[in-house]
Order: sequence, then structure tokens, then C-alpha cells
Amino acid sequence: MNAKTAKILLKGNEVMCEAAVRAGCKFFAGYPITPQNEVPEYMSWRLLQAGGVFVQAESEIAAINMVFGAAATGFRCMTSSSSPGISLKQEGISYITAAELPCVIANVQRGGPGLGNIRAAQGDYFQAVKGGGHGDYRLIVLAPSTMQELYSLTMNAFDYADHYRNPVMILTDGILGQMVEPIVPQEYQPLFDPAPKDYILDGCQGRKPRIVKTLHLQPAEALVEVNRRLVAKYARISGELKLSEEFLTDDAHLVVSGYGITAQIAKGAVLQARDKGLKVGLIRPITVWPFPEEPYLKAAKTAEKFLVVEMSNGQMVEDVRLAEQCRRPVEFFGVGGGWYPTIEEVLKRIEDHYPA
Amino acid sequence: MTQFKRPDALYDVPTHYCPGCGHGIAQRLVGEVIDELGVRERTVGTAPVGCAVLMYDYFNCDVIECPHGRSPAVATGIKRMRPDRVVFTYQGDGDLAAIGTAETIHTANRGENLTVIFVNNAIYGMTGGQMAPTTMLGQTTTTTPGGRGKNREGGPLRICELLSSLDGVCYLERVSVSTPKDIGLAKKAIRKAFTNQLEEKGFSLVEVLSMCPTDWKMTPVQAVEFVETQMKKVFPLGVYKDK
Ligand SMILES: Cc1ncc(C[n+]2csc(CCOP(=O)(O)OP(=O)(O)O)c2C)c(N)n1
Ligand code: SF4
Ligand SMILES: [Mg+2]
Repeated sequence: MNAKTAKILLKGNEVMCEAAVRAGCKFFAGYPITPQNEVPEYMSWRLLQAGGVFVQAESEIAAINMVFGAAATGFRCMTSSSSPGISLKQEGISYITAAELPCVIANVQRGGPGLGNIRAAQGDYFQAVKGGGHGDYRLIVLAPSTMQELYSLTMNAFDYADHYRNPVMILTDGILGQMVEPIVPQEYQPLFDPAPKDYILDGCQGRKPRIVKTLHLQPAEALVEVNRRLVAKYARISGELKLSEEFLTDDAHLVVSGYGITAQIAKGAVLQARDKGLKVGLIRPITVWPFPEEPYLKAAKTAEKFLVVEMSNGQMVEDVRLAEQCRRPVEFFGVGGGWYPTIEEVLKRIEDHYPA
Repeated sequence: MTQFKRPDALYDVPTHYCPGCGHGIAQRLVGEVIDELGVRERTVGTAPVGCAVLMYDYFNCDVIECPHGRSPAVATGIKRMRPDRVVFTYQGDGDLAAIGTAETIHTANRGENLTVIFVNNAIYGMTGGQMAPTTMLGQTTTTTPGGRGKNREGGPLRICELLSSLDGVCYLERVSVSTPKDIGLAKKAIRKAFTNQLEEKGFSLVEVLSMCPTDWKMTPVQAVEFVETQMKKVFPLGVYKDK
């Protein structure tokens, strides 16, 4: 192992920053909110060290709009926040999506609704995958489950953003953000050949002036055309980018599903259930938009039931039902407000499925 | 210098501005200054939400259209990444002094090396004449049919005065485009605000008192009178800061 990839010990929020910087992020704007404060704090010195620009914005609204401007200059850029702050970013996210500019947005989710609390939660799933801002648009939403994956997916997020010219959200939570775990900081490997950035605003020397805009008044069908183009792009992303992990699903009677840190807990329960001889598996979406339907449809052929575990009142569970097309019952275990399931609790739910 | 030729920085296209509107004059002055400083090919402008939103079809330079009031933040992102480019915002009073107040104050306070052209027509032009933060006491609008009331809506925000206390601000001047003499002075101020940026002096803002005959429900001539006799009293012209 060389010096560059020797294990490092950081908080999850810092792991995300380190990956962003190594993937070439050059601009970050953010605003303090627990449990993501380590992100602006780390970026404030680390990004400068890497020749980038850090701005502590006056609000999450300003931060996302600074990112809008920075993205238009063609540099890799990022903002982060936690739930209430992500709500404030929604206007900007809608604009950036409409303008088809790349950027990365991290949501270190906390309990809600309202000011909620500062404990980890997964209540922003709908907002992230169904579109929290106005208009028909989609974000690519990545749901890392471990520290190591938080590192690698953050790097990939910048590649997806550039490749599809679309904002990418990293959907984590207060547990992943605050956890400290050693990771191997693999070197950044771009996933795609760099695409020509022919949209950049940097003054029109030697070319025609460019416009970045989201208003389309004339002719009347102009905006319909824009929407058609976006829909085609989202269809392409859906076709190319559904990521998931299937774990012991082949012979499973019961398939548990969750994303992010909840999937780690569920996996622990699945392993203990297997020790007891129970045929249980796990499907873990890695992209929650686009949502990976295939593994659920496949599992519905053999499994009797699904159990979805979330740190919310039940949001992803709806996508699971859509994915497996209601072929099998889908049960839900979870509650919002900063609660998290233990391995024992999930195991108990699994055992409930098996008559004594 | 009097120019009768259309500046290169503006396309040869008709604008959608109403007869007697001040936006066309203000944009013409910005275009002339960009030409004179020879910076068209390294300029990025930001279009506001307001009557000037379509300026991206009028300016012959790179333009980004921003969410309502967020131009200063968007411009911050651009300028920080491309400090060698000339970045200007062009904003109405609703945009800059109501929904975008926080962005305005903090961008100014950080001393971002930007040029802000602030068109104060004391009204929400684009949405049909509602009260603006700069609407004057007693002025009737579609949302203050009985006139703006001091104890109901508060008085008009005076942006130059407000920003003048901020250390980060380099230059503030209030001008008008209501008379030929004023237009000459307005151009000088706009030129200075761009030159300051080229000299890396920091945040410069020019407030332009401007006519909106349509939403003031006046003829163009009455609108000029209104700026002369009403607006200039409430918004005195002059330099508010020059570091
Ligand atoms: C978030 C948001 N709120 C409201 C509007 C509607 N809106 C469009 S223009 C405008 C007011 C513009 O007034 P001003 O900034 O003074 O510009 P003017 O048209 O007078 O030049 C408003 C409220 C919008 N587009 N976006
Ligand atoms: S409504 Fe007023 S500000 Fe808008 S174009 Fe007409 S005159 Fe100008
Ligand atoms: Mg106005």
C-alpha cells in the first residue's frame, strides 16, 4: 500500500470532503447546520490547500446559487447541508437542473419535519427522489451505506454530474456523517472520458456568446421541448445507472430492503437470521434515483414477502412496491424523528415472518 | 462621448421594453461602457427576474439568468472561479432589495469584486405594478391602492444609504436616466463601477432611478416628471461611497 492509499481515519462527513477534493472539486459553498458542520469546516482549509475556493454563504439559498454560478464556469463544485437547509436549496436545485449544469449536493439527513432534531433520519427520501423543488425534474441520488462507499460514491458523483450534466445528490444521514471508521482512500479514477464543456460561461472570446437560462417563453412549445429533452436524458440515466447490491437473495423466503446506514443494520440482522437457519436476503439500492427495480422483480419470483426498513415513516417502501409490482406483500418497519433500528429489532421482525 | 452607433455589446434587435421605460437606457449605457473598456469578450452578465430578464437576448456577451434575487450569489460563484473575467449583475428593486436583500448585503459586505447595476423604478414592473421595497410613501400600486402607508408597509428602502456603512463596499452612487444630463452622469458612474472591478477594488453598485410609465399608469413624459419631482426627493442623487 503506498502512502497515497494508506488507511485514513476520519468522520464520515470528512471522508466525503476528502473524496470530493481528490475528485477535483474546486468550489464549495455551505452554511452551518448539524450534523453536517464538519463538511464546511473541513472544506474551509482542505479545498484551499487543493487550490479551490471555499465560501461560507449567508444562507443555504445563497450557497446553492453560488454553486449555480460556479457550475456555469465549468469547475467541479459542491454544496452540502442537512434536511432544513436542503429544503432551502430546492429553488436553486430546480434551476440548476433546468439549466443542465453539473454539481454535487450532499444531504446529511436529520430528524424532521420542521426544525426536528439533530439525530440521524431518512425522512427526506421523497424530497430527494421525487423532486423537492418545482417542475418536472430528476436528481441522480446516491445512497452510500458504508464509509468506504461514501468515499467512492462521492468521487463517482462528480463523474455522473459531469457526464449527464445533472445535479447529483449524496443522500447520507447523521450516523454516516458522524461515524469514525478507517477507510482506504483509493486514488480517483474517472468513470468516463471527459466530455467537452461547451456550455461554460467564461467570456465569449473567439466564439459566440452563450446563455445559461431556464426561462422559455417563445414559442409556446419551447418549454415543452426542453421538458422532452430532459425526459429523454432521465430515461438514458435510468437505462444506464441503476445500482444495487443483492445479498443472499437467491433462496430467500423473506427479502429485507433498506438504503444507507439502515441497510448496514439490516444486513447484520440478515446474517444473524442466516445463522439461525432462516432463509433471508437483502436488497440494497445504491442509486435511489434511478431506483433499481430489477432485483425486486427477480426476488418476487421466489420470495414470499419483502420487509422494508427505514428511519422514516415509510417512503422508500412505496418504490419497493412499485418495483416488485405488488406481486408479494411488502411490510414496513420504521419510524421518523431521529429513531434508528437495532439489529435485534430487525431480527425480531424477520423471525416474526417464520411461524414458530 | 456621444455615441450614435449601437454598441457592439448589444445586439441589433428590438427590445420588449415599453415606450419611455428606463431599462433600455440603462442597458444601453452598460453596453457602451463594456465597449469603451474593451471587455465584451471577457464579460459575464447576470440577468434578473424582472422586466430585464430578457437581457440575455440583448447583450452580446455571456449571460446567465438567475433565480429571483440571487444574482449576487450566482455572480459570486462565477467571479470567484474566474477572477480575471468581468462579472456584472443587473437587477430591479424587487430583485435586489426585497427577495434578494440577504444576497445583496452579504455580497457587498464580503467585498466581492463585482459591478452591480440596480434599477430602481419604485415598482414591480414585470408582475404588473405591485408595491416594491422602494415604493414611496403615498405611492399607489396595485397592492397599495390607498397609497403606501408608513405604519402599514413601512417606508422605502434606500439601498445606497443602507450599504454605505459596510466596510466591504468600494463604490456607491445613485444616478438617474430621466434627463439627458442625468444620463451622462449615469454613464460616468457605470463606467467607474466597471473600472473599479478591473482595478480589483471590490464591490461597486450604481443605483439608477428609472421610469416605468406602464405600471405608474403615466405617459412617458409624466413618468420623467415623476422621477424629477418625486423620486429624486426621496432618493437623492450622488456618491454615497467612494473608497
Ligand atoms: C421566487 C419568485 N417569486 C416571485 C416571482 C414573480 N416575479 C417576477 S418579476 C417580479 C418583480 C420584479 O420587480 P423588480 O425586481 O422591481 O423588476 P422590474 O420588473 O421592476 O424591473 C416578481 C415578484 C418569481 N419569478 N420568482
Ligand atoms: S413594465 Fe415598466 S419596467 Fe417593465 S418594461 Fe414596461 S415600463 Fe419598463
Ligand atoms: Mg422594479
